[in-house]
Amino acid sequence: MTTTATSHRTRPPAQQPTLRARRLPKYAAAAIAAAALLLAAAFVYGTGTGGPVLVVVLGALLYLAGLYAAANRVEGRRSARNRTWSALIHSAFVLAVLPLASVVWTLVSKGAERLDADFFLTSMNNIGARDPNGGAYHAIVGTLQQVGVAALITVPLGILCAIYIVEYGRGRFAAAIRFFVDVMTGIPSIVAGLFVLAFWVLIVSPWFNDGRPSFSGFAAALALSVLMLPTVVRSTEEMLRLVPAPLREGAYALGVPKWKTILRVVLPTALPGIVTGVMLAIARAAGETAPVLLVAGGGAAINFNPFENNQSSLALFVYQQAGDASRYAPARAWTAALTLVALVLILTVAAKLLARRNRLGR
Amino acid sequence: MAKRIEASNVTAYYGAFKAIENINLTVEPKTVTALIGPSGCGKSTFLRSINRMHEVLPGARVEGSLTIDDQDIYDRDVDVTAVRRMIGMVFQRPNPFPTMSIFENVVAGLRLNGVRRKSILDEAAERALRSANLWDEVKDRLGKPGAGLSGGQQQRLCIARTIAVEPQVVLMDEPCSALDPISTLAIEDLMFQLKDKFTIIIVTHNMQQAARVSDRTAFFSIEKTGDPGRLIEYDNTQKIFSNPGVKKTEDYITGRFG
Repeated sequence: MTTTATSHRTRPPAQQPTLRARRLPKYAAAAIAAAALLLAAAFVYGTGTGGPVLVVVLGALLYLAGLYAAANRVEGRRSARNRTWSALIHSAFVLAVLPLASVVWTLVSKGAERLDADFFLTSMNNIGARDPNGGAYHAIVGTLQQVGVAALITVPLGILCAIYIVEYGRGRFAAAIRFFVDVMTGIPSIVAGLFVLAFWVLIVSPWFNDGRPSFSGFAAALALSVLMLPTVVRSTEEMLRLVPAPLREGAYALGVPKWKTILRVVLPTALPGIVTGVMLAIARAAGETAPVLLVAGGGAAINFNPFENNQSSLALFVYQQAGDASRYAPARAWTAALTLVALVLILTVAAKLLARRNRLGR
Repeated sequence: MAKRIEASNVTAYYGAFKAIENINLTVEPKTVTALIGPSGCGKSTFLRSINRMHEVLPGARVEGSLTIDDQDIYDRDVDVTAVRRMIGMVFQRPNPFPTMSIFENVVAGLRLNGVRRKSILDEAAERALRSANLWDEVKDRLGKPGAGLSGGQQQRLCIARTIAVEPQVVLMDEPCSALDPISTLAIEDLMFQLKDKFTIIIVTHNMQQAARVSDRTAFFSIEKTGDPGRLIEYDNTQKIFSNPGVKKTEDYITGRFG
């Protein structure tokens, strides 16, 4: 008895399954990173081949190699792979965020120069090349009106179209609509602008304008609608499809008609997603320059009437100021760009808050 | 309140596929009828054709006649929403409306059908929640989202929602299959109480449950995959479970097939 017990106890420990494994110390990653950077800096500056960017790139590569080697030695192959891939994924995230942060920083630092009350309260009317003041009031009005009108056109139309495709459309006709919406997604903005120029400005607008074609903010809004519509339809369609079928059936089983089920159960459930889609479309439209240039013409003066005469927009203002010969123009362009981004950001945040309150509220 | 349902030669299709064929059965008022049978035998299809939910799916249609107190619900001039208000349905998985609070969920059927008066809604909500044995658990948080309740509570919420519109018949499609035994018991108790007011038809895979809750049991089966489901035997529950008239029923109940 005793011998068997002893032999059992003296089995080699390697056969005992263990949950513990050797791990690199916590500071290892940081230490390897520091060493890699130092090594890279020494190489780059020692041989005089480049600057800080090369140091970081080389350092990152050295870090990956060093991490793999160290982990492979201490923790084993599987763990080494895990660490390397984690590091790669994290660096991909950093690479993706870098341009964004860079854009925001550039905008803020260069846009701050003209970020004054004057910029928001005056237009470019009667501002000459030697005048340091002038502002984007007319452009802000233009952007808000054009995007607002475009949203008024596209949001109802797009949502109704998506409801048709998801809830009512059957067979070929619905498939054809889906196909053309997909095709519309790929229309370049300049083509949308040309379409509205040819159709609205040259053919329709003379009827309202004593036989002469006229630029207008409304024409720009029409062109933006052409661009926004597919985005709104597709995103709404995806959101409506995500609403579980049992919810619809639950409402039908209560004797609720189909249209009311869609209005009171399906749409509220999909609302946050629909709002996101609409805001994406609005953000895209607010940044369009070409169609506005083609059909609204731009202009230096404030024009509150979107149906008559030239109108500018922030994007167009940026384009014109950036190319202007005046030494004061670039600063205006930067501030206008900052304003545009802030405007879209504020609209998006406001819309999201509204959608969320709607969902929880009452 | 409760009504008699008579199905004669009911045949239902999904597109070209015939799911059930020539179902004939009569359900007496104020009884619980259980539909049992192997998966894919058409129990749920038959259940869904009783309140015209079958036709919601694209390509699905029903032939034959289904009368509720001598009115054929498949007549051409019948209003589908009126049929569904008269014949409520509880689904396999609890499906409270996620954007609505508990209170709004219960009165959804009334409100979406045009009832606006707050006093009526309040009263209906309390009555329905009490009938569903849920009132005491939720009376202090009627404004909270319905999706925040536990699975069993959600299912009772859905039952409350169904009976708030005061139907004559309540159809239940495996109402306990996603629930734990205690919630199942709560819902079975509920069925006993609801029987006083409503006619209940329940689809279940749980034969003990069928034996416990139902007065009459209908056994459905198919010959082989792809064949339409047929009604094999329909009798008092006690007879079906103690002395079935058809060999196939006995085989199924004793676990020899299916």
